[in-house]
Amino acid sequence: MEWLKQTRDWLDERFPVMEFWRGHLSEYYAPKNFNFWYYFGSLAMLVLVIQILTGIFLTMNYKPTADTAFASVEYIMRDVKWGWLIRYLHSTGASFFFVVVYLHMFRALLYGSYRKPRELLWIFGVIIFLLLMAEAFMGYLLPWGQMSYWGAQVIISLFGAIPYIGNDLSLWIRGDFVVADATLNRFFSFHVIAFPMVLLGLVVFHLVALHSVGSNNPDGVEIKSKKNDKGIPLDGIPFHPYYTVKDMYGVVGFLIIFAAVVFYSPEMFGWFLERDNFVPANPLKTPEHIAPLWYFTPFYAILRAVPDKFLGVMAMGASIAMLFLLPWLDRSPVRSIRYKGWIFKTALALFIVSFVGLGYLGTVPATPIATGFSRLFSVLYFVFFLAMPFYSKWDKCKQPPERVKYK
Amino acid sequence: MIAAGLMVSFPGALWASTGKVKLDHANIDIHDTESLRRGAKYFANYCFNCHSIRFMRYSRVAKDLDISEDDVSKTMLFTGAKIGDAMNIALDPEDAKRWFGVAPPDLSVVTRSRGVDWIYTYLRSFYKDESRPWGVNNAVFKDVAMPHVLWELQGLQEATTGTINSKEGVEHTVITGFNLIEKGKMNPDEYNNVVRDIVTFLAYVGEPTKATRLNLGRWVLGFLVVYFVVMFLLKKEYWKDVK
Amino acid sequence: MSGEEEVDKNKRRILLAAATAMGGIGAAYVATPFIISMDPSARAEAAGAPVEVDISKLQYGQLLTVEWRGKPVWILRRDAEMLKNMMSLNDMLRDPHSDELSQQPVYAKNDYRSLNKEYMVMIGICTHLGCAPTFRPELGPEDLGPEWKGGFFCPCHGSRYDLAGRVFAGVPAPSNLVVPPYRFVTSTRLLIGVDPEHA
Repeated sequence: MEWLKQTRDWLDERFPVMEFWRGHLSEYYAPKNFNFWYYFGSLAMLVLVIQILTGIFLTMNYKPTADTAFASVEYIMRDVKWGWLIRYLHSTGASFFFVVVYLHMFRALLYGSYRKPRELLWIFGVIIFLLLMAEAFMGYLLPWGQMSYWGAQVIISLFGAIPYIGNDLSLWIRGDFVVADATLNRFFSFHVIAFPMVLLGLVVFHLVALHSVGSNNPDGVEIKSKKNDKGIPLDGIPFHPYYTVKDMYGVVGFLIIFAAVVFYSPEMFGWFLERDNFVPANPLKTPEHIAPLWYFTPFYAILRAVPDKFLGVMAMGASIAMLFLLPWLDRSPVRSIRYKGWIFKTALALFIVSFVGLGYLGTVPATPIATGFSRLFSVLYFVFFLAMPFYSKWDKCKQPPERVKYK
Repeated sequence: MIAAGLMVSFPGALWASTGKVKLDHANIDIHDTESLRRGAKYFANYCFNCHSIRFMRYSRVAKDLDISEDDVSKTMLFTGAKIGDAMNIALDPEDAKRWFGVAPPDLSVVTRSRGVDWIYTYLRSFYKDESRPWGVNNAVFKDVAMPHVLWELQGLQEATTGTINSKEGVEHTVITGFNLIEKGKMNPDEYNNVVRDIVTFLAYVGEPTKATRLNLGRWVLGFLVVYFVVMFLLKKEYWKDVK
Repeated sequence: MSGEEEVDKNKRRILLAAATAMGGIGAAYVATPFIISMDPSARAEAAGAPVEVDISKLQYGQLLTVEWRGKPVWILRRDAEMLKNMMSLNDMLRDPHSDELSQQPVYAKNDYRSLNKEYMVMIGICTHLGCAPTFRPELGPEDLGPEWKGGFFCPCHGSRYDLAGRVFAGVPAPSNLVVPPYRFVTSTRLLIGVDPEHA
């Protein structure tokens, strides 16, 4: 084992291996009271790795032209050895990415992880979420099925709602008068190079910010305020080995669910792979019912709830912009839901109902009843954010403990 | 099917009030190699002249269905095609358009876009309609361009209609069932089985790796569950330290 | 994190070893499909299927090039004089008896490196760095010297082969040209890419 140490020392003199190891793992102190909700950060990293890895291998056989894209996907599914597995991992991974990220964001809502001094950490996260939506949207065009095609057509047309420049802008995005070969080719470029690169950079920013301010925890109390004589937080434990083993345990648990979907239901009853997307794109014929993939439907429902095209697009944009403002909207004296009063709890519950409700409504045809509910939920969605400065202040909160509660 | 082959018990309330056709369950088993082989044979005889399955290769059908390459060459192969070739058809799309109005679609992934139940119902829902170019119409695919290719097996049926009121109070004429007016070579049960075999084959063609996928899934999940237990114990062991 | 030393080091070590081992096995199993996916696909394999060639019109001394798996395959019909001349070259060759087994199937390990001595079948890719040698059937041309009895000359780095694709000594190419698997379906039809039925 002597050579191992020597190698390490050789490296360490030239590259801060041990410093990194200590600073971010063995001597990085995280609160000891993380619960179930704290698995989803590392799981998001895992899914990112799965997507990049499978994406690299799909790119080896995928052909980004209108004439060949659909066939090349089926080529991957059939002729490329194990291509079907790599493709299903990627398509399932896309949906799971959103499952994990939504739960990760919900955790922040629960425990006030966006509050000072973690505003920037949260904002990086929201940007990652935005980029992820763009990444998923562009990736969804690549199979060049009917849903790919018409989904892209509809979403790009949204830009047309912007006054004055709208039509030129959507023309510029497409590079043609309709979604066409040029669009596919540039979306491919963005999907495999530009966005993943920016995404990775932001993940690094997100982590640097996290390790600089330290993790929040379910009690929302700052562990750094109570340190022992060595300067180590009393309620902190080294990330390695405690959270590395715990996260690995979470990873394997996640993989069980993930593999179950990949191997037994990769279409997920049309939620992950839609039926109409097994029909090659046909610019002359729209499918009877088009809806975006499930992870976009809450925002799509907000769009449809507004009877004016431009205002609808604005509302959809605003629904995401709200997330950026969150750190300054919440004026509660406490961070964690555990110590917040009934008003905030009710507001959050209504918000979740609205969000899930919108998600469902975005998948169904716009009947009068559905539109009515979409409007109600859209209003509730915005009220949750816009009224937060008031109700979070009026809310009767409990006094949080001095130190985190564990066992 | 009790009505002695005359009255085919097609789903009574064909159109629910939503206007959608209720589909029959195809009840297929993609692991049933016998059914797959029969389906491949029927497909080659009745469908393959007009419909390609261009993402499929002859050699793969031979291997997966455990038919010798010679047999596949004799029964399915188009003139000039090689065993490793994609299963394209000789029909020129332009000719097809002239004859049928539309080019017959490729059926490689048709079970994944339409679903197996749809195809199963569709192939059993042709009925006599003199107003159509081929003298038949279809209950699940109105004014379809395709002739009833399997009519010599099924015979010819006539639609029985009834009226229902939609939610808005408008009266609609709907198809409530079928009467066999000309017997085919097969009785309805036999015919249903033929269609089921074709659908089974097409389901296989839609995703030839499905059997592998399901089979492998067991091992992957088994491994992960054991791994999960080990990780749980390891985590528990380490977390003893944390007080 | 208190100092009570009740940690069962042994149990911890065993569990850690088990987890690491399973992780390693799992990673290896995950890596396998990715690595295999880079092998030739079913399409490439189908395109690389055996090629049938009609050689009934091939004249003596004529070279026919066909494509098999994207590589040029030469079929050369040798007359009696060519065959006789070849035999006189043995001393100048690196591997006159085709002892290097990877360069031809067993049924082509003979004096003429072929199933039928009249027909030479080989892959036209220089064993040095993959250039395509040129066919030079003439005797003693100026640029190749008076000793030249007909053969193949690689313009890239000057490697020389005789009419059976046997490499000369003292040239950069290390071994004889490769003979692909092939069989005669009839006396005038060749199938390149599969061994003879009774090989």
